[in-house]
Amino acid sequence: MTALRRAGRSPRLPSPLLTAAAALVAAACALPLAYLLVRAASGGSAAWSVLARPQTAETVARTVALVTAVTLGATTVGGTLAWLVERTDLPLRRMWAVAAALPLAIPSYVAALALLATLGPGGALSRAVPGAGAVDITGFPGAGLALILSTYPYVYLLTAAALRRADPALEEAARGLGRSVRAVLFRVTLPLARPALGAGALLAALYALSDFGVVSLMRFDALTRVIFQQYRTLFDRTPAAVLGLVLVVLTVIVLVLEARARGRAASRAASTASRPAPPQALGRWRPVAVAFCAVVVGLALVLPLGVLGFWTLRGAAGAGLSAEVVTPAVNSLAVSLGAGAVATVAALPVALLVVRDPRALTRGLERLAYAANALPGVVIALALVFFAARYAGAVYGTLAVLMFAYLVRFLPQALSGARTALLAVSPQLEEVARALGRGPRSAFAAVTLPLAAPGLLAGAAIVFLSTMKELPATLLLRPIGFDTLATEVWTATSVSAYSRAAPAALLLVAVAAPIVLHLTARPDRHSRRGAEGLGAG
Amino acid sequence: MTRSAPLALLALVLAGAGCGGAGGGGEDDARRLTLYSGRSEELVGPLYDRFERATGIQVEARYGDSGELAATIGEEGTGSPAEAFFSQDAGALGAVAAGGRLEPLPPELLRRVDARFRDPEGRWMGVSGRARVVAYDTRKLRPAELPDTIFAFTDPRWRGRMGLAPTNASFQAFVSAMRLAVGDERTRAWLEGIARNRPVLLENNIQTLEAIARGEIEVGFVNHYYMYELRQERPDLPVDNHFTRPGDPGSLVNVSGIGLLEDSPEARRFAEFLLDVEGQRYFATDTDEYPLIPGVRPDEALRPLAEIQGPDVRLGQLGAKLPSTVELIREAGLTP
Repeated sequence: MTALRRAGRSPRLPSPLLTAAAALVAAACALPLAYLLVRAASGGSAAWSVLARPQTAETVARTVALVTAVTLGATTVGGTLAWLVERTDLPLRRMWAVAAALPLAIPSYVAALALLATLGPGGALSRAVPGAGAVDITGFPGAGLALILSTYPYVYLLTAAALRRADPALEEAARGLGRSVRAVLFRVTLPLARPALGAGALLAALYALSDFGVVSLMRFDALTRVIFQQYRTLFDRTPAAVLGLVLVVLTVIVLVLEARARGRAASRAASTASRPAPPQALGRWRPVAVAFCAVVVGLALVLPLGVLGFWTLRGAAGAGLSAEVVTPAVNSLAVSLGAGAVATVAALPVALLVVRDPRALTRGLERLAYAANALPGVVIALALVFFAARYAGAVYGTLAVLMFAYLVRFLPQALSGARTALLAVSPQLEEVARALGRGPRSAFAAVTLPLAAPGLLAGAAIVFLSTMKELPATLLLRPIGFDTLATEVWTATSVSAYSRAAPAALLLVAVAAPIVLHLTARPDRHSRRGAEGLGAG
Repeated sequence: MTRSAPLALLALVLAGAGCGGAGGGGEDDARRLTLYSGRSEELVGPLYDRFERATGIQVEARYGDSGELAATIGEEGTGSPAEAFFSQDAGALGAVAAGGRLEPLPPELLRRVDARFRDPEGRWMGVSGRARVVAYDTRKLRPAELPDTIFAFTDPRWRGRMGLAPTNASFQAFVSAMRLAVGDERTRAWLEGIARNRPVLLENNIQTLEAIARGEIEVGFVNHYYMYELRQERPDLPVDNHFTRPGDPGSLVNVSGIGLLEDSPEARRFAEFLLDVEGQRYFATDTDEYPLIPGVRPDEALRPLAEIQGPDVRLGQLGAKLPSTVELIREAGLTP
């Protein structure tokens, strides 16, 4: 078997072609980076004095603190929810499974607005409860909470999927050997879920690094907010570019840390679950678990929907509702579907290369793809403005450039999905197909692709959702007159017309919700089809 | 199939999207104007509709923050599709002009507005005026309790009661004007005094008014017309405008303005329309701003422009001051 694998490795996947495809994708992602270097270099030594300011160090420290808190918070919340839903006798498991994932349909700036409307200065709480006037969630607590509520679903979905796929036999064996619930959780379940937890934590960290809407609403001077303000006020793009490079360095550090933590977990799981795991009894912890789920879902889902509903009703009672959200809704759907497809297709060669041929070079390619993604949308957008208007005038101002921006921004999400999916497929299955006479492409298409399909689809769905909610790049790069739901919400909130913004935001959530529901659906059907494909070979 | 298909598909999708997006470019019958609009669709969209009806020229407006659009024009270089730039403030126009991108405006058009409100070299001109005001909470303060100069707000009795938006272009323009009016040292002392009073730092004018409305602060330094805008959403808004005395930097009159990147007939027609009676009336009645041409009167509820006066500065001078003003605000500790 070992001999077969070794012999099979390179001829099965002719590396040059695959590497070329992956390099092309990575090069596309490197454009914003190239832009930052061009800008920073054009400014001379004065631009670099930005780095020597004490305020810059403070800004970096604040950003690191926020990203750390959000990553830990999102991983803890998302991981706990996944375990409760997939492995315990939590009451109403199916309901929680859906409710815990649904906040993915809510843009993070809407989550932040809802928190401010209730827990902000002069919010509903301080008005309703005398003595609570000092309640003020702005700054670090508000930014951290809003970002945790917006990013934990990534961790939850990836981890829950991993737990569903994992063979329960291992945990049963551990229990059979007399291990406690706790020991099984920490010694068996957690290691099984580690790649998924890591991938989710990485997404949460990157999201927190690149988010602009939440930190600006919460008035927290993270790096993105400072960069954005530099762009907006100084017109001299050089200091902002230097700070953008600082952000890239932070991203690379996150990636290196994640790779270290991932460690040897990168070895592929040899099996796919054939049956669901029997639930563990929570016993006296059941009320605590239910309360935990209720608080998370309440803050992340019920609160934003409630606030949006309130604003919509207030608007309906006042000026009446506008029906002009149909075209933006169709536009949002179209570009989001396109972005999901493009990003997934582009992620496949990179993920294949990383999973099957993990050399330093391929790792570098993968990291490049990630590093570009942490840049705030406005930097990516300006980079594409720079290159497209100067060197590709024919496509500038068309949807092509916008799709390209989505690809650069959200490739890592597709990549995470693809990598996790491919890791879970044992290469031995494909080897068997090869041994039975299939060609390399045919074996991949008949065996690996169907088995990885649920993971790839999940990645595509996450890209779809992110695109629905994306704002800065859409604003700068959309064709003139091309409105999406997100830009409609922005246009209305920028003049504080919340009651006009709320219907578009609700529609945005309504369009995104079915995709989230699809993500929580059990992928049994796909696994079977994968097995059938193998049988046919 | 495995390796080439993704790339082929990618190319196909991008090509398809490209065709779809570029499809509109073929029709040459209609006259068009590509406009970068730093003013929001909510406020000026109806005005562009009127322009289309009056002239038959179709406006393709790209909406965005004025500063972002100025940065976009800079990055687009000569490939920029923009023909005209309608900016929220003079600073962004000054930056585009400094990049050598604005065509000179016709002298007969420039003459319609006071020299205070346009570029001395004639590359951009004001379209509508807005005054800086001290917005205050009508539940907690009476007009008589408010000082008649902006310099009084460094007094410790205002500690923790103020709000301002230090990164907002109109705040920066106001600080630049203060430097021109009273010199750098007094301005620096004022900024440091304000910083010592621990103001709540906000993103923009609207947020500042909302902070007053929800009781977080009692006074805020903003442009005058946001109050009217918010009242449309909330008629019971407990906020009113207070003007400092004539000549005080606290009541600077600033403008939104127009600059042309291409000297096309459509672009010139658009600039003329904004500065015609119909365009100017729109700003007087629909956005509660000050019209800038003689003969069109502002809304009666507004204090007349002649009474406000503001500091004696030319807006064309503010652009060059901007970088050092931003630095001054940062050194005072109001921005990171």
